[in-house]
Amino acid sequence: MESKSYTTGSRDNANRNLEGSKTLMASHFLRALFRIQQTSTTRSSFAGRRRRIRRAAYASMAYSAGTRRAWSRALLRKLRSRARLRFPRRLSRAARPQRGDTDQAQVLRKLVPGGPGMDYCKLLEETADYIRCLTTQVRLMQTVMDSISS
Amino acid sequence: MSSRRSSRITDEEISELISKLQSLLPESRRRSMSRASAAKLLKETCSYIKSLHREVDDLSDRLSDLMSSMDSGSPQADIIRSILRS
Repeated sequence: MESKSYTTGSRDNANRNLEGSKTLMASHFLRALFRIQQTSTTRSSFAGRRRRIRRAAYASMAYSAGTRRAWSRALLRKLRSRARLRFPRRLSRAARPQRGDTDQAQVLRKLVPGGPGMDYCKLLEETADYIRCLTTQVRLMQTVMDSISS
Repeated sequence: MSSRRSSRITDEEISELISKLQSLLPESRRRSMSRASAAKLLKETCSYIKSLHREVDDLSDRLSDLMSSMDSGSPQADIIRSILRS
């Protein structure tokens, strides 16, 4: 039997998922940027365009993870309701402390989309995935910037 | 990844998840974390996420700036078009 160089295991599956979602993220974000470029006129404000770009960033993150993750589902809901995309600094009413929560877990709940609804264990899992996605998005934006400004 | 549906989460599971978070911290933040408590790691994680959010804001700013100097006939627009097509 031919020996393959693939390894099995959930970590590798996670990596494969990440590769696929990176492409999805990039294409979604670039399309959005292009649309913003086409539709923003000299009259439209800098702040408006900045807001649209920022929104596109979080949208491409959410679409790349799809409905697989609680944080992306929460983010998608926020985007569809056209609510303002903010990570509140003060503890909102929805973010009630859960059992076993430390102060830091409370802070984390405010930072990760969908945080308030998760138990501690799920919060830690979702945070890891959210961070991976965020760093990918940031790198994507840096790459786009570098290629545009060159 | 399989997740146990039992309501009793083991300490081991928690510490595994926390060390996974530690591994996601960038090198510069990880240096002081080798023997950190869970609370310290969570704090660093929160700080890291906040800085990532700020980076998204900052990059949106700068992209907006760059795009204002682009028009649809510029070479930069062609770059984006070609990336989309590939």
